Amino acid sequence: MQLEQIVEQAESAIAAADSPTALDEVRVEYMGKKGQLTELLKGLGQLEPSERREAGQKINEAKQQVQTSINARKELLKAAELAQKLEAERIDVTLPGRHSAVGGVHPVTQTIRRIEQFFGDLGFSVKEGPEVEDGFHNFDALNIPANHPARADHDTFYFTPSTMLRTQTSGVQIRTMENEQPPLRIISPGRVYRNDYDQTHTPMFHQVEGLMVDTDVSFTQLKGILEDFLNHFFEESLTVRFRPSYFPFTEPSAEVDVMGKDGKWLEVLGCGMVHPNVLKAVGIDSEKYTGFAFGMGVERLTMLRYGVNDLRAFFENDLRFLKQFN
Amino acid sequence: MKFSEQWLREWVNPDISSHELSEQLSMAGLEVDSVEPVADEFHTVVVGEVIECGPHPDADKLQVTKVNIGDTEPVDIVCGAPNCRQGIKVAVAKVGAVLPGDFKIKKAKLRGHPSHGMLCSFKELGLIDEHEGIIELPADAPVGEDYRKYLQLDDNSIDIDLTPNRGDCLSIRGIAREVGVLNRMDVTAPVIGEVAAGIEDTLNITLSAAEQCPRYLGRVIKNVDLTRPTPVWMTEKLRRSGIRSIDPVVDVTNYVLLELGHPMHAFDLDSLEGNINVRVAEPKEKLTLLDEQIVELDEDTLVIADEKKALAMAGVYGGKSSGVTEKSQNIFLESAFFAPDAILGKARRYGLHTDASHRYERGVDPQLQRIAMERATELLLAICGGEAGPVTEAVAEEFLPKRDGIILRASRLGKVLGVSIAEGSVTEILERLGFDVSFDGKQWQVGVPSYRFDLSIEEDLIEEVARIYGYNSIQAAPPAAQLVMTGRKESQLSAHKLVDAMVCRGYQEAITYSFVDPKHQALMFDETAALTLPHPISVDMSSMRVSLWPGLVGAVAHNQKRQQAVLAFVETGLRFIPDDSAENGVRQEAVISGIRSGKAHSEHWSEGDRGIDFYDVKGDVEALLAQTGNASAFRFVASQNPALHPGQSAGIYCGSEKVGDIGALHPKFDKALGLNQRTFVFELSLSAVTQRPLPLAKPVSRYPSIRRDLAVVVDKQLAAGELIAAMENIGVKQLVDLNLFDVYVGDGVPEGKQSLALSVTLQDSDKTLEETDVTELMTKFIETLKSEFNATLRD
Repeated sequence: MQLEQIVEQAESAIAAADSPTALDEVRVEYMGKKGQLTELLKGLGQLEPSERREAGQKINEAKQQVQTSINARKELLKAAELAQKLEAERIDVTLPGRHSAVGGVHPVTQTIRRIEQFFGDLGFSVKEGPEVEDGFHNFDALNIPANHPARADHDTFYFTPSTMLRTQTSGVQIRTMENEQPPLRIISPGRVYRNDYDQTHTPMFHQVEGLMVDTDVSFTQLKGILEDFLNHFFEESLTVRFRPSYFPFTEPSAEVDVMGKDGKWLEVLGCGMVHPNVLKAVGIDSEKYTGFAFGMGVERLTMLRYGVNDLRAFFENDLRFLKQFN
Repeated sequence: MKFSEQWLREWVNPDISSHELSEQLSMAGLEVDSVEPVADEFHTVVVGEVIECGPHPDADKLQVTKVNIGDTEPVDIVCGAPNCRQGIKVAVAKVGAVLPGDFKIKKAKLRGHPSHGMLCSFKELGLIDEHEGIIELPADAPVGEDYRKYLQLDDNSIDIDLTPNRGDCLSIRGIAREVGVLNRMDVTAPVIGEVAAGIEDTLNITLSAAEQCPRYLGRVIKNVDLTRPTPVWMTEKLRRSGIRSIDPVVDVTNYVLLELGHPMHAFDLDSLEGNINVRVAEPKEKLTLLDEQIVELDEDTLVIADEKKALAMAGVYGGKSSGVTEKSQNIFLESAFFAPDAILGKARRYGLHTDASHRYERGVDPQLQRIAMERATELLLAICGGEAGPVTEAVAEEFLPKRDGIILRASRLGKVLGVSIAEGSVTEILERLGFDVSFDGKQWQVGVPSYRFDLSIEEDLIEEVARIYGYNSIQAAPPAAQLVMTGRKESQLSAHKLVDAMVCRGYQEAITYSFVDPKHQALMFDETAALTLPHPISVDMSSMRVSLWPGLVGAVAHNQKRQQAVLAFVETGLRFIPDDSAENGVRQEAVISGIRSGKAHSEHWSEGDRGIDFYDVKGDVEALLAQTGNASAFRFVASQNPALHPGQSAGIYCGSEKVGDIGALHPKFDKALGLNQRTFVFELSLSAVTQRPLPLAKPVSRYPSIRRDLAVVVDKQLAAGELIAAMENIGVKQLVDLNLFDVYVGDGVPEGKQSLALSVTLQDSDKTLEETDVTELMTKFIETLKSEFNATLRD
């Protein structure tokens, strides 16, 4: 029968179409205006009216069958085409990504920021001051008169007998107390200078000093806040000892040691109760107010925290060193 | 202060180990620096006597000896020391001995002669290495006794790092007192009697500067023999305390210095002309010191003088002319109290730091002079013979330190320490310290002994109580305070945030020294006179930086030498600009600076590889300025800067104020600065970029925006920034974005001209812009560009 043959041919042509274009040609061949099936429909008129209906139904069914096959084939071809396109887009996902270089903060700054954070949370504000200082703020107001043996310990870089590079950031405390009345809670981070240079001394290093002055500040609290700080800074519970020492600007004074992993004590900071002469020098009533002060070497803490052995590495700015902290 | 542990234990001997003792001292504030054995390990060395000594038949420099070591038979020993001779007592390493350095003594033959042991030098026993030849022991050294035992070599040298307030501990006496207090033990001082005068000779003493020297004791000692050796017990104690033996007089004064903490001085009596006067130096008075150095004395310098001349710088250094020598037969001993203020700073000023000045500066017990004089006399006579005259004392009581009682209030003690120590314990501690104490229920009245000159106020006593009570017995408690918020200004940008912004763009934060190489700084900043350190660590660290660039250039050069190809550093800190009108003559300005050199980024398989240029760094600076939320307030204006490339440098302005610089480092400096790649720098005043205006919100337009592109041909010399500014300044309120997206020079653009392409984004807040509106606005822009810059539209 002719119709069946046409459908058979159409089906095999569809299956053979390997591209949307070829498929479309098949569609036109059978379903187009002059397509074989269309032509059959056109020929219905020549049939007896009694046959027309049945024949028409058959042709339409055949058309539908062919159309369904074309659609299915179309989907298949599309999917294959997409798969081919995607395959062509395949990349090596292990190649390095496009860089947007990120640098890093200097380890000394990282330590300063952490200290600022710890004390900032307790209401200490950060104060900064000049690095070229005068004798009053660097020594006299700190109860270190001229010729005091403690001055000799400082290895000061003098410009003139009355101006120098600050040997400690304590001058910032004096400047603050000159301008503000208690209660005071400040820390002052910054560069300090001593004329000394070897594996354990650089002529410039960083200190963070802290000061709290209020009506009931005591040595007990000084111990409390520093032990708390050290435990949080090193994120472990350390064995800490307070050892009597001497600073002209505090009394009682102490140095604080932590027990290192090798069982040896390591000095990490100095502290004490603010000497009444210091409070007097800045016009604070030392009977009403007491205060504590502490000072820590930032490089020392950084070395202990990250296992740095040579202090000088902090100021060589060797990328191979600095990048380890990024 | 270095001392022998055994010597200390002669005074006070608690039943604790050396380690415990040093811990105890450290925890009392006398920080122990080191504890070291006074002799290296060795054994089987005994005292021997050389009973025969003759030349070796086959060797010029060797001697053949028989040495009695206390055994039944003397031993044969061949010795090469020139001082080996019959009759002397020696240190003998027997066969089987092991000396320092694991040196084993075995039976041997030296040039055919048997040698069963060795006569030792100090060096071979690891003691001191300055003596030539073998050890000679005193004639009374017991033959056969173990040498270590004989010299009590199982001892430690303890070095304590004393704080400046504890001058009272610069002696065995002082440390013993402290150890006694800590262990609740009595201290046994040697019995020091009075040496009776055997002769009548004296010198008169005048205190012309009584305030500086309120007490001066002198004593004549005649007919001493200074060629006699100092006994080994004394030289050993000195050695273990870090002091070399010189001669009996120096050794005795040093011994007293260490034992009692009192400096003394001896003059050659026969070189003195007349009596003694303690006075300040005369104008331009000169003194030749013991070390031959001639100093011109300042008029505030205290001297010991005779009637003709200055003899010594009081409390600091002796003079040559009156110095005691081996030939001196008659001497004049001084034991004086000089006020600390008279000595403070002098030693340093003249560059003479001595054990005496170290003690006088910190204070010496004003009641100790006579005891020290008697002690020194007694020791000196025992060694050198001779006769002592009576002690002459000149004193000005009114200038001796006055000791008022100190009051310690129980309430103050509690307030400062924050703990309550039982009153009985406080009293007990103060009494143990040797203070004179009474308590009335509220406060202690405390009399302090003359040797504790460091104590004068209530806080001093609080510290003493805390120290002896034990810092570690005081509990720790968190501070209590009112919860007051700390101001956090929203308009204040922290420098940390700016650094972070640069870090996100690949910058590494650097910290460079504030003092730089003046040669490098002068290259870049020849017009600025920097502040110079008179006494720098080294010349290349002597000039205070006037910019952070010299330090950053150093960091880049350091890394370029180490094959780093991508370099970007940022630093914040002060620059120091001399300015007479500023505090301390210098403006200390906080800046943020950056440097980039080499590649724009590390080589990448898809990004290629290019060097950085000006616009990389400008982009970084723009990102930094964007942090202020006010980037449009800043302008870059081409400028000349001696440090920078003349065609690639700009001043950065905020309004009319110059706040920074940016540019390519002038290539002519590359070689001198050690740079091998194009380098770009910037520096901004921190105060200009740490202000962030509060945002003032405006409603967002609901109407669409429209983009029009515009290409204009203008003079090549025209700065694009000017053109953009002119367009912005027209005041078209619908202008929401203006972006220069192309710069073109070449075909189609006349010589000397450039084509700039801009996108103009327009948006109205009240309505949708119609085509006619847009055309009208664009015309405004075009007309302005035509009239101001003679621009023509490009097709």
